[in-house]
Amino acid sequence: MIKVDQISKTFKDVTAVNKVSLEIKKGEIVCLIGPSGSGKSTVLRCIHGLETPEKGSIYVNNELLDAKNSNKYRALRNKMGFVFQHFNLFPHKTVLENLTLAPMQAFGVSEEEATKTGCQYLERVGLLDKKDEYPSTLSGGQKQRVAIARSLCLHPEVMLFDEPTSALDPEMVMEVLEVMKELAKQGMTMIVVTHEMGFAREVASRVLFLENGKVIEDRDSKEFFEQPKSERSKNFLSKVMYY
Amino acid sequence: MNIIQEILSRDNLLFMIRGAGMSLALAIGALTIGIILGTMGASAKISKSPILRFLGSLYVEVFRGTPMLLQILFFFLGVPVMYQSITGNALRANPYIVGLIALSFNSGAYTTELIRSGVMGVDKGQWEAGETLGLNYSQTMRFIILPQAFKRVIPPIISEFITLIKDSSLISSIGAAELLYTAQVLGARYFNFLVPLITASIMYLVLTLTVSYFGRRLERRLAISD
Repeated sequence: MIKVDQISKTFKDVTAVNKVSLEIKKGEIVCLIGPSGSGKSTVLRCIHGLETPEKGSIYVNNELLDAKNSNKYRALRNKMGFVFQHFNLFPHKTVLENLTLAPMQAFGVSEEEATKTGCQYLERVGLLDKKDEYPSTLSGGQKQRVAIARSLCLHPEVMLFDEPTSALDPEMVMEVLEVMKELAKQGMTMIVVTHEMGFAREVASRVLFLENGKVIEDRDSKEFFEQPKSERSKNFLSKVMYY
Repeated sequence: MNIIQEILSRDNLLFMIRGAGMSLALAIGALTIGIILGTMGASAKISKSPILRFLGSLYVEVFRGTPMLLQILFFFLGVPVMYQSITGNALRANPYIVGLIALSFNSGAYTTELIRSGVMGVDKGQWEAGETLGLNYSQTMRFIILPQAFKRVIPPIISEFITLIKDSSLISSIGAAELLYTAQVLGARYFNFLVPLITASIMYLVLTLTVSYFGRRLERRLAISD
């Protein structure tokens, strides 16, 4: 479904991603974990084209993601949904308008149809009663659930999550993870950058451990958490799995 | 005492009120055209094309960097000369239209910067959200960025409006009968400038204070849906 081949990305003088390769099959749930600044978010942003790697290539359904071929680029990007750490809801639009704006304006869906789909997904994330509220009245967890629903309205084949719970108060984390778990159960292909080790362990099929812009381990998640191979991932896990 | 009553006769007051009406009309017209020019200017300054960016900056710098009075005189006295040397026909400039054009272009330059900074002030995440939802540049601009930018820009636009009400007085220099002009006419007629100028000041204050009062109310209303 998604193939990343030897991508590198440098910001000013800092190499954020250094020759990273990975492959994600349909239906897989892959968590990218690792310390801050390890390049996991940058990898995810490159996959969606929010950043352009200087080297290497990215394939979506075996087709090259290439900004120069703008029609195909657009079509391939539209297969991917993206959820941001800071939600990025549109503050001047109601919850429902947040969901219907893109389908109506970018994809020519009728208002009736977009509203129907929007309500359906709001129901799924448990926020149908908030459809006429403005985002500023919602809690962080509710905002992120709206952002997930907004992304789903475009029927993506794969969902990319960039630290979806990192900006939330601790008591809000659960409700967002539950929505993601539900999505995983329904067979959605997902790539998740996260610090939620419990989620990675329980939901992910595979875990990629990154450090200093490189993939250090790429393994089945159960195996990874039971027996991390490298010293670095052992060290990392011992620090974050504190209980 | 007599002279004051004489100057502030009903007819003279009506004359000044009509002048104030003209000042207000010029300010509203210039603000409207200025917002259109400012939106175009800001789009040019933000665009990817270096030529457009250059033209946008040139416009802003020229109109912000030269005196407003000079710009008014240029449009009133300079442009007709240019017109005649190109077409061969004489052009008699109407001071109201020229005044409106000069005020609009000047205001447009300031509004360009207001709108530009309003657009730049919208969080980068909003662009990225639009991008990941399949909206293209102009759709993101139109549906997501500009509505938020305009909201930020409303308070400075209101103070721009107040500035325009005051600056429209410069048009008196080319003989447009706005508020300050009427005060000068009365002053000359009665050999007393004190009373007409104080009256004009009061009328300007009524206009500007009313605008800023409603501006504050509008701001509060907008803050609610934020």
